[in-house]
Amino acid sequence: MYPRSFHYHRAGSLKEAVSMLGQLGDGGKFLAGGQSLIPLLKLRFANPEHLVDLNFIPSTSFIKEESGALRFGAMTRHAEIEHSALARKIPVLHDCAAGIADVQVRNRGTIGGSLAEADPSGDWANALITLESTVHCLGSDGPRTIPLRDFITDAYTTVLAPNELVTEIEVKIPPGGSGGAYLAFKRSAPVYPSASAAVQLTMAGDACQDAAIALGCVGLTAIRATEAETALRGKSLDDKTIATAAEAARAAADPQPDMRGSADYKRQLVVALVKRAIQIAARRARGEQVEGTHLYA
Amino acid sequence: MPEGMPETATAAVKIEKIAVNIGVNGKPYARQVEPRMLLVEFLREACDLTGTHVGCDTTYCGACTVLMNGLAVKSCTMFAVQADGSEITTVEGLEKDGKLHPIQQAFGDSHGLQCGYCTPGLMLSAHQLLSENPEPSEEEIRKAIAGNTCRCTGYMNIFKAIELAGRNMKGA
Repeated sequence: MYPRSFHYHRAGSLKEAVSMLGQLGDGGKFLAGGQSLIPLLKLRFANPEHLVDLNFIPSTSFIKEESGALRFGAMTRHAEIEHSALARKIPVLHDCAAGIADVQVRNRGTIGGSLAEADPSGDWANALITLESTVHCLGSDGPRTIPLRDFITDAYTTVLAPNELVTEIEVKIPPGGSGGAYLAFKRSAPVYPSASAAVQLTMAGDACQDAAIALGCVGLTAIRATEAETALRGKSLDDKTIATAAEAARAAADPQPDMRGSADYKRQLVVALVKRAIQIAARRARGEQVEGTHLYA
Repeated sequence: MPEGMPETATAAVKIEKIAVNIGVNGKPYARQVEPRMLLVEFLREACDLTGTHVGCDTTYCGACTVLMNGLAVKSCTMFAVQADGSEITTVEGLEKDGKLHPIQQAFGDSHGLQCGYCTPGLMLSAHQLLSENPEPSEEEIRKAIAGNTCRCTGYMNIFKAIELAGRNMKGA
């Protein structure tokens, strides 16, 4: 399948990419990893006249630790994050990266592209929203930083201007005694999950000091299950407390029935995923090594 | 415009071709390509290397998997212009001096294929895995080839083939 014809432009720097797309007008798009955009072009759901390729720009793929935060270049591939020892400092990010689609897609797809696309079933937004995450952007008016919670406003919609792009994602490293987990349930590796849950806990002894719980694929954007978080704060995480939080998460989910399952089925998945993610996050907060990542049907 | 042709058929803008130089199996291929030409079409039609297959053409099945600078990618989900300056390995590049690559040999020895359509892609996914990890567990093999669909074998003999290839490559 061939996409509709387009003009191809190769940007040499992020600044050049922004000015190129600015000059080309509304008919242009940035091309990052292409693992969502190229299938859309082939189906002719998207028909841009111009593509500005970001893949040849140097120094846009990196993972650094700086003043208590991890910084990810926008063009960092999922696989690079999966294999990064630094990213393992925040287990929820390692889980997320290691479970996205399959090896081939992880070798190409990028963290910046995933956030900018804002697919309601995408993995990154859901994992990152449980942390203090900031999106660094560059547009015609220069750079700006936007907290992730204000960055995605609706399905496939961000606050980015048409020729503005993501340059970097900054994630604050959680305090000691923290642990997190990201779990997604997929029918098979290459597909989007049917539902996903991200949990980030800070423990003080047996008691949960702070909790962030986010749900993916069950709303127009990732959903913070704030009542589920409240159910955990100040409590020791026994089975009853975890079950109460999971029920609150079920109520927060707003899934649409589709070929991945009915709305009730997805709510039930949310309950199971949240329970399991809380348990893994709590064990990790105690310093246990737990390998947990996406679950396949 | 030929009579009866829908208007959209000629509405496409005139697009300039772009010069690319892509290394495929160690040989340079300099070609002029339309920007919309997919890497898999480049390999099959511009290089005449038809070992790389098109299966689903929707980024699902992995039949089109090739290595780009050693990493497995779905060549139906990349434009040829994006591979400019890269080194691509296709199934035709596995054999050396008339001798099958240990991965190819092991797929034969372990009956790791039936119709063979998915096999080139599976062998290249196995190639990335075994270059990074010559002794993978079954779990690791499953994860490494999760992006390759086989509709014949049930996968058990594919796992065996990759395990055997790893052992043989280590011994070599």
